[in-house]
Amino acid sequence: MAERISLLEAVEKKEALLEPGVYFMQGNIASAEAALIAGCRFYAGYPITPSNEIAEHMSRRLPQVGGVFIQFEDEIASIMALIGAAYGGVKSMTATSGPGFSLMQEGIGCAFMIEAPIVIVDVQRGGPSTGLPTLVGQGDIMQAKWGSHGDYEIVAYLPSSVQEMFDLTIEAFNAAWEYRVPVIVLTDQRVGQMIEKIEVPPYEEIKIVVRRKPEVPPEEYLPFDSRYLVPPMAAAGEGYRFHVTCLTHDDRGYPTTSHNISRKLVSRLVAKIRENEKVIGRYESYLADDAELIIIAYGITSRAARRAVKEARREGLKVGLFRPITAWPFPYWGLKEHVDRGAELLVVEINMGQIVRVIREYYNNITKIHFMPWAPGEVPRPSDILLKIKEVYPR
Amino acid sequence: MSSLRVTTIRSEEVKKLLRLERFPHIWCPGCGIGTVVKCYAEAVLKSGIPEEKHVVISGIGCAARAPGYLKLDGLHVLHGRPIPVAVGLKSVKPDLEVTVISGDGDILTIGGNHFIHAIRRNDDINVILINNFIYGMTGGQYGATTPLGAITTTSPYGFIEGSFNVPYLAAALGANFVARWTPLHTKELVDAILKMFKVDGFAIVEIVSPCLIYGEMNNLPPLEMLKLLRERVVIDHEADLSKIDIDLRDPKKPIVVGNFVNRVKPSYQTRYMEIIKKARGGK
Repeated sequence: MAERISLLEAVEKKEALLEPGVYFMQGNIASAEAALIAGCRFYAGYPITPSNEIAEHMSRRLPQVGGVFIQFEDEIASIMALIGAAYGGVKSMTATSGPGFSLMQEGIGCAFMIEAPIVIVDVQRGGPSTGLPTLVGQGDIMQAKWGSHGDYEIVAYLPSSVQEMFDLTIEAFNAAWEYRVPVIVLTDQRVGQMIEKIEVPPYEEIKIVVRRKPEVPPEEYLPFDSRYLVPPMAAAGEGYRFHVTCLTHDDRGYPTTSHNISRKLVSRLVAKIRENEKVIGRYESYLADDAELIIIAYGITSRAARRAVKEARREGLKVGLFRPITAWPFPYWGLKEHVDRGAELLVVEINMGQIVRVIREYYNNITKIHFMPWAPGEVPRPSDILLKIKEVYPR
Repeated sequence: MSSLRVTTIRSEEVKKLLRLERFPHIWCPGCGIGTVVKCYAEAVLKSGIPEEKHVVISGIGCAARAPGYLKLDGLHVLHGRPIPVAVGLKSVKPDLEVTVISGDGDILTIGGNHFIHAIRRNDDINVILINNFIYGMTGGQYGATTPLGAITTTSPYGFIEGSFNVPYLAAALGANFVARWTPLHTKELVDAILKMFKVDGFAIVEIVSPCLIYGEMNNLPPLEMLKLLRERVVIDHEADLSKIDIDLRDPKKPIVVGNFVNRVKPSYQTRYMEIIKKARGGK
């Protein structure tokens, strides 16, 4: 027993990480390398297409940096193991796709309730059910938000390039450890498996959030101290002797059936994200300022939409692009000025209508909201989108 | 006299490991879970491992409330999932002594997949499985250890599925340490838990502790149940595990207890240290 030492102590930090520079790299692998740079030292997962490159890469890379990889018996075990590792104070991650993401939902709720910071990369494929394992889909947007029972808030990023697979995976770890919440990198098969150029910036330019540790002696420590919006987090073995539970609990982590405590707890948990929605939520606009029609598209679809916008402009149509970078919290405020000056909206996504519901929630009856559903399996071509633009373009 | 004094002092020490502000606890009078928690606490005190290095993890159910009364780092997680949480924690913090205390429904029924695979991987965790033969907290439904023929709230005509023989199952899967005791065997149970702390790999003790609700539905009043445990228990460390299934209805069938398996086979976590060496050397 005595010779057992912490794996993390066994290696120097930053050793064997991907060095700053320019690479030609797959999206899934960029996400894995970014996780290592963010400090991820534990991966738990179950094989599923099209996310497998992440697990395979982590199984090779994690031991090189003193971390641990475990391929579990299912996604349920995987997500729960992340919670165990997080309560060991170690950054942890899993990757999956639709069916596995479904299996993880109860665990995501547990992580939210117990305030365990974990990162899940969901490489979306076509659904429903087993669907199209090898082909693209964007059908998990609502599952990411509402998949677990009860009231909760989630953070989900929408990378649209290999560069963003890298950047947003690091951001996902930062958000997870800043707010003590589960965070999802909600990518898709095309972005995950495409290979393109990325640039790894110098390490000193990469912001890394670490665990905020308790500053009080153990006898005063409360794992869910409601004087904080995000309470400092003790790790197991540090002497704080915390008790945490997924049951509704008080500041001490003890179960309770008090409605007053339930109200305080759930309000604080959702406030962690709601009060910071404009800090976390992000978007990018392209040629939107004078646009009479703004396309809303994300992930791989935004790249086809961008091309369609260019072609529409060439034909004299004032069309722009609004690309949400976070699905949750949804950056609805970024559309307001355009809607206020009368721009109409066209949502394009590889599903039968998910983000369009959010747009309707904020802008229904304020402007016209057009929608182009697209069945999973293929990305709409720029010409498909251009056709729709011409159909709905306001005159 | 002297032994009595030692016991008293020990009880006071055990109290220091309890979250007394949470008492009275939720367990029914006559339930064996409290005794098991005391035995675990005693083992923690005797282990020589610093108290802050012990972590106790559970899922959902009566037995799973144990961490809530122990002044140790504790995680009370989803139904069926304490084992993967324990594996995740132990894998990143090998210096911790991680113990799961939970029930048969949690560990063997909804969590059965994690149970078999954690043993196959030989994860370095301890599992204290309190087998009460039923879902007690939800009111008395049958589970994977309910004896054949038993009346439960979801088998009103008698249970026909068949049940796990826990030590036989764990030993067949390759667990390094396998034991079975009852809440009446406090000394033996403390001793078994201490042995489990020393095992590098998966260690399990099943505690035969029938739920009072089970007794109520199956003509076993609380005192009868305790008597049954006392009269029918046979200690046999060398028992043929294939024959030690439990049938509470058959008065001739003994309840065999003992420390059945104690073998040395490196854990996943120990073997992973070799992987790290290989990965770092081969880079």
